[in-house]
Amino acid sequence: MSRVVVVTSGKGGVGKTTTSASFSTGLALKGYKVAVIDFDVGLRNLDLIMGCERRVVYDFVNVVQGEASLQQALIKDKRVPNLYILAASQTRDKDALTLEGVEKVIEDLKEAGFDYIVCDSPAGIEKGAQLALYFADEALIVTNPEVSSVRDSDRILGILQAKSKRAENGDAPIVEHLVLTRYNPARVETGEMLSVEDVIDLLSVKLLGAIPESEDVLNASNAGSPVVLDENSAAAQAYNDVVDRFLGEEIEHRFLTVEKKGLFKKLFGK
Amino acid sequence: MALLDYLIGQRKKKSANVAKDRLQILLAHERSERNTPDYLPKMREEILAVISKYVDIDQDKLQISVDEADGFEVLELNLVLPENH
Repeated sequence: MSRVVVVTSGKGGVGKTTTSASFSTGLALKGYKVAVIDFDVGLRNLDLIMGCERRVVYDFVNVVQGEASLQQALIKDKRVPNLYILAASQTRDKDALTLEGVEKVIEDLKEAGFDYIVCDSPAGIEKGAQLALYFADEALIVTNPEVSSVRDSDRILGILQAKSKRAENGDAPIVEHLVLTRYNPARVETGEMLSVEDVIDLLSVKLLGAIPESEDVLNASNAGSPVVLDENSAAAQAYNDVVDRFLGEEIEHRFLTVEKKGLFKKLFGK
Repeated sequence: MALLDYLIGQRKKKSANVAKDRLQILLAHERSERNTPDYLPKMREEILAVISKYVDIDQDKLQISVDEADGFEVLELNLVLPENH
């Protein structure tokens, strides 16, 4: 059975697209058939983060408007089998998406045998963000340990609970998962950053994983390769844990405390 | 210096704690507003218009809220009348 997962946050720049790219790549690496859709019409970026920006011929809006078939618009990832990207339109205005059109695309993807349909939401709480979450079964709430991000996440949680298809039909609510990104354990220890416990406490959402602040994320974006593929990176390992936990595995949380450096590493390490 | 920083640090509240306290208050407030019915602001305006016909009141003096108490939804109106009335 297919599951629709929205990656959302309210606030911009917290790591939605980075998370969408790594999460969908991670799921595909596990053998699932995954489609990841960029809902940010007019400001598309998922294609760039996933390194397929030069292969976009048709986009999400073309499919919704009936100008291209889904098969024509889905871009097959070159690194990971079973992973497909549906880019947002860069030229159309954001009203080009309709509820019926989005529903049709999601239904067609389900029929085509996709196990997971990951919806990368735009920032904000406007139409694009509402459409991205409307059909969701599960939600990844991407949050930075910072006041404005926590506040906006709380706002988007309210919308998930009130304005989704599941809420309107009175079905079981969307399953909410917290993904805390740009986490810096050293600053948490000195009392300068909200801790995972603080954010869980404030938002009352179960933690799926904390992604440590890492230079590897920018390097991965520069290269157009989801950071989850950079096996030596702590951020990649954290994203892999997120995928495993999402699939139901019980894995202890890591990267929550400062790594204790031995004398050798203190002297010679970076 | 480290010792001095340590002592100062003990006295000054950590910024993360300040952040958490502020967010707790703010989120509680915003969540209660989120649960109010959509018609409330319009209804408030109309009630004010009716009252203004008879009494000269300050627009800010009418407080209106929907709460839940003992399983009942309670619509609470709170209006302070001017003193010389």
